[in-house]
Amino acid sequence: MTSPKLEIESVSKAFEEKVVLEDVDLQVNLHDVVCLIGSSGSGKSTLLKCINLLVPIDGGRIALDGEAITDPRVNPNQVRQRMGIVFQAFNLFPHMKVLDNVTLGPRKVHGTGQGEAEDTARRLLDQFGLLDKADEYPDRLSGGQQQRVAIVRALAYEPELMLLDEVTSALDPELIAEVLNVIRDLKTSGMTMLIATHEMGFARDVADQVCFLDAGRILEQAPPDKLFKDPQEPRTRQFLQRIVEAGRL
Amino acid sequence: MVLTSEAWPAVQRQFFSWFHFKESFPDVARGFWLDIRMFLVAEVLILAFALVLAMIRSLRGPAFFPLRAIVVTYIDLIRGVPILLLILLLGFGVPALQLTGVPTSRIFWGVAALVISYSAYTAEVYRAGIESVHESQRMSARSIGLTQVQALRFVIVPQAIRNVIPALLNGFVSLQKDVALVFVLGVREGLREADIYNARTFNYTSYVVAAVLFLLISVPVARFTDWYTERDRRRRQAMST
Repeated sequence: MTSPKLEIESVSKAFEEKVVLEDVDLQVNLHDVVCLIGSSGSGKSTLLKCINLLVPIDGGRIALDGEAITDPRVNPNQVRQRMGIVFQAFNLFPHMKVLDNVTLGPRKVHGTGQGEAEDTARRLLDQFGLLDKADEYPDRLSGGQQQRVAIVRALAYEPELMLLDEVTSALDPELIAEVLNVIRDLKTSGMTMLIATHEMGFARDVADQVCFLDAGRILEQAPPDKLFKDPQEPRTRQFLQRIVEAGRL
Repeated sequence: MVLTSEAWPAVQRQFFSWFHFKESFPDVARGFWLDIRMFLVAEVLILAFALVLAMIRSLRGPAFFPLRAIVVTYIDLIRGVPILLLILLLGFGVPALQLTGVPTSRIFWGVAALVISYSAYTAEVYRAGIESVHESQRMSARSIGLTQVQALRFVIVPQAIRNVIPALLNGFVSLQKDVALVFVLGVREGLREADIYNARTFNYTSYVVAAVLFLLISVPVARFTDWYTERDRRRRQAMST
C-alpha cells in the first residue's frame, strides 16, 4: 500500500490562549482533492498555513511523502518549494510585473536561468489565458485575473501539492467562476490539492473528500455525496442548513 | 520696518555688503563644493549601510538574535550621542592614535562620523518602511520558498523604500546642512571659509554667502520632497478607488 501524499497527525495550534487547531488528523492521497469547509474562524486557513510551515504548530506531526516536515531539522524553505499555496487576498507582489511575480521563485530559489524561467512562466500564463497580461502590474488586473496569476505563480516551481486558502472569497461573484475553472483544470491534470472554501457547490463537484471543521477540530469527514446529503454530526447539519438558507448550495 | 530702522545701515554693512560678498565668494564657494562632495559620498554610504542595519533588525527568529542585538545596541548608542561629539571624537581622536594603516585625514573621519550617526537614524526610517509593508507580503514571499533575506531583498524592501522616500529626502536636507559640522575639525569647507573670512575682516557677509549657498541646495530638495509626497498621496488615492 502506498503511503498518503500528506499526513496530518494530531496537530494542534493556539495563538496566545485561543485554541485554533485541536488534535487535527487528516490524510490526503496522491491526486486527491480534499476540501475543508466550516465557518470563518474554524481553523481552515491556519491549518493550510501550518502545512506550509508559515505558522509553527504546537503539537503533532505533519508529513509529506512519509517524511516529517515539522521536524525542526527540516529546512522550511525546501519544504515550501514542494507545495504551492494561494491566499484569499492574492498577495501578488505589487511592485513587479506579472511575469516577474511568476519567475521570482524559480529564479531565486531554484536558480533557474532568466530565459528558462520566463519561457515556463509564459507557457503557464498562456495555459491560463493570461499571456497578454505578462507585462502588466498586478493593480491593472481584475481580482479574478490576479488570483489566476497567484495560482500560476505557485505552479511555476512545479509543486507536488497545492494548498488553496479561500481563493474566491475576495472576488466579485462574476469573477469566481474563472478561478474555479482553473482549479477544476488542475484537478483534471492530477494535482493533489487541499482546498479551504466557502463554495459548497464547488466542493461537492471537485472534492474526493470533504472535511467539516468546527472550532479547530475536524468534526466530520466523508466523500461529498455523503457529507452534503447525509451529514452525521448535528453541527454539520446546522452549518449546511444555514448555507442552504443563504442560497449558497 | 527693518529697512527703515536706524540700525539698517550698520546691518547692511556687516551682513549684506556687496563688496564683502564678492570678496568672500570664491573661497566660500570652493569650500562649499567640498561640502557637496562630502554630502554625496556620505549620503550614498548612509543609504546603503542603514539599509543593511534595518534588514538585520527585521530578521526574525532566535537564530538571528545576536545580530539583531548588535544592531539595536548600535542604533541606541549612536542615536544617544550628540553628532558633534562623534565628529570630534573620531576626527581628532583617531588620528591622534597614530595607528599605522589607519587614515589620518580629518575629512575622512568627519565623513565617517556623519555616516555612523546618520545611518542609525536612517536605519530606523527604513525599518518603519519595512514594517509598513503588509505581513501578507512577507508570508507570500516565504511561501514560494524565498529565505528571510531574499524575501526582504526582493519583496519587502522595494515596497518599503517607496513608502519612506519622503522621510529619506528629509534626511538628505538635514545631512546637507550637517556636513558643515566637520568645520570644527578645521576642514576648510564652506562654513570654515566663511569663518576665516570673518576673522580676517570682522565682516559677517561671508556667513550670509555660505547661508545662500546652503539654501540653494536645501530649498529645492525640500520643494521636491513636498511635490513627491503629494504626488505619491494622489497616486495611492487613485489606486484605492
